[in-house]
Amino acid sequence: MAKDASSSTQRLETAAALPPAIKLVGINKSFGPVRANRDIHLSVQRGTVHGIVGENGAGKSTLMSILYGFYTADSGTIHVSGKPVSITDSRHALALGIGMVHQHFMLVDNFTVIENVVLGAEDSALLGPTLSKARDQLKQLAKDYGLEVDPDALIEDLSVGQQQRVEILKALYRGADILILDEPTGVLTPAEADHLFRILKTLRDEGKTIILITHKLREIMAITDEVSVMRQGTMVKTLETAQTSPGELAELMVGRRVLLEVEKGPASPGDVLLKVKDLVVTDDFGIARVKNVSFQVRAGEIVGIAGVAGNGQSELLEAISGMRDQTLGSVEVNGQAISAFGDDGAARLRDAGLAHVPEDRLREGLVTTLLEWENSILGYHNSYGSGLGLDIAKAKSEAAERIEKFDIRPANTALKTANFSGGNQQKIVLAREMERNPDVLIVGQPTRGVDIGAIEFIHKQIIAMRDAGKAILLVSVELDEIRSLSDRILVLFDGEIVGEADPATADEGALGLLMAGVHEGGASGESETEARLPEHVTPIEKTLTEMSPRVDKDESQ
Amino acid sequence: MSARVPLPRWVDVALLPVLNVMLAFLIGGIVVMLVGQNPLDAVGIMIYGAFGYGSGFGYTLYYTTDFIFAGLAVSLAYQAGLFNIGPEGQAYVAGLGVILVALALNGLPWLVTVPAMIVAGGLFGAAWAFIPGYLQAKRGSHIVITTILFNFIAVSMMGYIISKHLKPDGVNSDESAPIDAISRVPQLNVFWDLFKHSPVNISFILALLALVGVYWLVWRTKFGFAMRVLGQNPTAARYAGISNSRMIMITMALAGAMAGMVAVNNVGGVQGRLILNFVSGAGFVGVAVAFMGKGHPFGVALSALLFGALYQGGQELAFSMPGITREMIVTIQALVILFTGAMGDMLRPPLERVFFKPPDNSSAEGG
Amino acid sequence: MHYYTDLILILDSTVRLAIPLILACLAGLYSERAGIVDIGLEGKLLGAAFGAAAMSAVTGSPWLGLLAGIGVALGMSGIHGLASINLKGNQIISGVALNFLAAGLTTFLGQSWFHRGGFTPQLSQSQRFGPISLPYADQVKDVPILGGLYSELISGHNILAYVAFIAVPVTAWVLFSTRFGLRLRAVGENPKALDTAGMSVTLLRYQALIITAVLVGIGGTYLSIAQSAGFNNNMSAGRGYIALAALIFAKWKPWPALATCLLFGFLDALQFRLQGIQFPVIGEVPVQAIQVLPYILTVVLLAGFIGRAVAPKAAGQPYTKER
Repeated sequence: MAKDASSSTQRLETAAALPPAIKLVGINKSFGPVRANRDIHLSVQRGTVHGIVGENGAGKSTLMSILYGFYTADSGTIHVSGKPVSITDSRHALALGIGMVHQHFMLVDNFTVIENVVLGAEDSALLGPTLSKARDQLKQLAKDYGLEVDPDALIEDLSVGQQQRVEILKALYRGADILILDEPTGVLTPAEADHLFRILKTLRDEGKTIILITHKLREIMAITDEVSVMRQGTMVKTLETAQTSPGELAELMVGRRVLLEVEKGPASPGDVLLKVKDLVVTDDFGIARVKNVSFQVRAGEIVGIAGVAGNGQSELLEAISGMRDQTLGSVEVNGQAISAFGDDGAARLRDAGLAHVPEDRLREGLVTTLLEWENSILGYHNSYGSGLGLDIAKAKSEAAERIEKFDIRPANTALKTANFSGGNQQKIVLAREMERNPDVLIVGQPTRGVDIGAIEFIHKQIIAMRDAGKAILLVSVELDEIRSLSDRILVLFDGEIVGEADPATADEGALGLLMAGVHEGGASGESETEARLPEHVTPIEKTLTEMSPRVDKDESQ
Repeated sequence: MSARVPLPRWVDVALLPVLNVMLAFLIGGIVVMLVGQNPLDAVGIMIYGAFGYGSGFGYTLYYTTDFIFAGLAVSLAYQAGLFNIGPEGQAYVAGLGVILVALALNGLPWLVTVPAMIVAGGLFGAAWAFIPGYLQAKRGSHIVITTILFNFIAVSMMGYIISKHLKPDGVNSDESAPIDAISRVPQLNVFWDLFKHSPVNISFILALLALVGVYWLVWRTKFGFAMRVLGQNPTAARYAGISNSRMIMITMALAGAMAGMVAVNNVGGVQGRLILNFVSGAGFVGVAVAFMGKGHPFGVALSALLFGALYQGGQELAFSMPGITREMIVTIQALVILFTGAMGDMLRPPLERVFFKPPDNSSAEGG
Repeated sequence: MHYYTDLILILDSTVRLAIPLILACLAGLYSERAGIVDIGLEGKLLGAAFGAAAMSAVTGSPWLGLLAGIGVALGMSGIHGLASINLKGNQIISGVALNFLAAGLTTFLGQSWFHRGGFTPQLSQSQRFGPISLPYADQVKDVPILGGLYSELISGHNILAYVAFIAVPVTAWVLFSTRFGLRLRAVGENPKALDTAGMSVTLLRYQALIITAVLVGIGGTYLSIAQSAGFNNNMSAGRGYIALAALIFAKWKPWPALATCLLFGFLDALQFRLQGIQFPVIGEVPVQAIQVLPYILTVVLLAGFIGRAVAPKAAGQPYTKER
């Protein structure tokens, strides 16, 4: 532990002498007509951190699931430590020393940490001996890698970061030598992400091989030794991290140079159309996720809410749009106070002139088993036809007009929405919400899982709405999207608005600090200490401050 | 996102259910063979018994009437994502409403009493279904379990009411006083001689109207739209401002009212009195009818007719074939539920292979 | 003393009436803990009761009867497994179908085989499971209080009854102290956690269904060839549903399950004892009022008025590997 972390290049040189930990040759995998992986070749050196980047749907997770035995490849071979193997199930992968930390944790919520750790790796038919052995081993792992979790705590009582540590412990307990992490930071606060990276570096220094799947380039640059880029099911290139740049990686990921800059003129804010005051929202378990939030959105401006996923954005959106009861506080639309209590609050808000593009179109915004025209009246169905009857002819003709206007393909109102691509589904939702000419538009994750072409279109539509004098509230976990669309940025951390920034002048580092809960005037004690590095991990602290994903020194100088 | 190959619509809607029903009958036939009878003869006798002569056909339609109402009670709730296993109890309690009104108006012409019975039966059935609906909507109790429990509660409650309060002095069996002939739901043989000696009554016409009404409600109204959204995606329903709890309660009440019409057919019509356990399983047949009919009124009509024919034909069979009892029909019913409901997708993979289209067609239009 | 004897007698019939409930309830516990809702308990009880009585009537051996009872339950569990595990069908529909199947086939086959209107032939003493006298039961009979308790209440039941009572601690132990129990509980809560850890969800769920079948098979056998001397139509009489209600009431835990089944058994026993007895002020308590209590209690519990019944999270959902 005392030795300094050797440099990335040195590590790669040392590793080159050994057979690669993982070697994939010509892997193919299809799901029905979808070819998720095509002719993938990949080599991961022992004792290194290997990043795999790519957009959503590029095939990263499928590839790793094949490696972990969750799926079987249609063709191709896998070599582990130089030996060809055929991994037919996860048990086999574990036996070969491959462990996986899934994006959505595979934990049993009402089990204790130790029960989760031993589940599937019990030594004997009786639990007693296994549990006492595991208890000792967890202590040792906690000491070796800084993976400290109370073995008797219930999973449902742990924070997301702690749950992730349990996942890592599960893999290590099973003797994993090669650790795959699938989008591990998506649900973490920056402080938790830092903690995770410290753990990963320690693991690497102890000789473990780590494969990190992510679409966040900053993480790749900060922690990996090598990086492989995937695009549309193919492996585009593998590079030494030190020899590449985020720009190059981004270009490889999307296949062409992307201009995330959106053309837009200056905003001319008018009257306050949306006013949120002292809003408190609790989640399904009664825990406050939004704490005393107040803000206003004026006509003709886009207010962006920035923050790491899981800091209360979803609950905030749900409360403002009437999908979740607010616990305290008020929401005013067009100067009219709306009580969102009761499970039809969304209807009252719509009547008052508020439209909502939800974060998760498949779960919230669409009924995929219903037809396109039916989805295009969802939420507004009561305005089609007088009396009890539904005016189907009117609904269909309006749906057809919107298909035309928003270039939704295929142009078929009688098709189930499940049969549209992600981008076209999102357009169905946008068209529905925008074409009602609302005064206030709430947009959550407008481009999640949407292809590049559609992103540009969607961004343009949002700007056009602003220019038409609508008040727009935008929530996105993509900081770039927030910065390029918003006229004002509010940063949400742990359910509170911790700062406001002007996108034209704010620098990324300062925003990052805000999103991490560190802000002038003093952050809450807990987050500050967590954001700062503990004293006892000195060698790693050094590496971290050099490579921190949050404070990019090279750029700010 | 599913990798499943979509089947042509007619295969999905027609061929698959028909094959499933055939499978159920095939297994039923094997059981008949196992007890040493000829299944083809049995089918012949059943078809004759159900359709071959006027009063047989009349009986078939009488059973069909019950099954349409019970089937609609299940499938209407199912449209809103609610699994109502309670039509049996709902129909039973509705019987109380029907008999109370009928006895109060006893002696008046049927044009007065029948509408009153329909309203009373509907209200009582609706009330009995509303409680589980309320408990689901406001207290989160699982509707499947509560509707089952309410069937049992109905049995005890009605048993007590019939034996202790409705039974006239000097009557031995557990039943209420009879309704005067003039006040009962008139039988169709009054208007049409074909049905003589059979109990089919104008409740059958009511059942046909109910089929059309349910179709209109579910697919042609705003309420029906909201119901389907709720049934397919409750989160999206909340997003759309549809009050989940209100929809659940109203839908369950409507379903209960449907089940209540079984009481109009029996208490108000055929038996002309409230008899202990008069529903005798018709409510449960509704579950089979709804699943076989895929929740669509047209399908419900066809499968109710099939079950009506099975019940009537089964009676005939029990008479003319020693060794075969009416319970064979319950067995067939079980097999139909099993193969069209729980194992409905068993034949899907082979059908998908038969109807597989090369993938480049679909990806070209997928865009 | 008179009241004490009465009490012992009521408690004794409580135990007798509770036994099929305990077996069916524990059976349901294994199944639902593994994530499979089993509305079909009622049908399995009935089917097993018929199988046991028919086999015992034909062979003369209650043990072969027991095997047949378990065999029938296994077959029905197999269908339930095929529908709900392999074909990922709706578990409730499958259960409903199995209940009908049992109701139809037992009567139909009974009539075809035995020609007694669906009844099986009356079984003699040797074709049934008779009471077992525990050691010294006769000797201590006259010891005040404890003597009666031992000889009447504890001794003198048949082997299946003792199996039911032993099954409770065994279930508690299996569930919370063994590897199998840990996995069983996990598969009912988060099957994906097991799948990704390299275990077979299908295998575990089938194992649970087998245990379910064995227990409910014993329960059905108890009904027809221990408690009664033969099978009659619909002799399970809703006990499968009561067991299901008891399982919910017990919040899917073995010891509370025992307590609940005893409570429901007690209500059942009380109902017989109170028949025709006039009470001051209220007069005669209607049979139905006591009959209905288990259902009402369960409804009240489900409505969250007395605690909350939270089912295993994955119960009722077929497991599918997702992309």
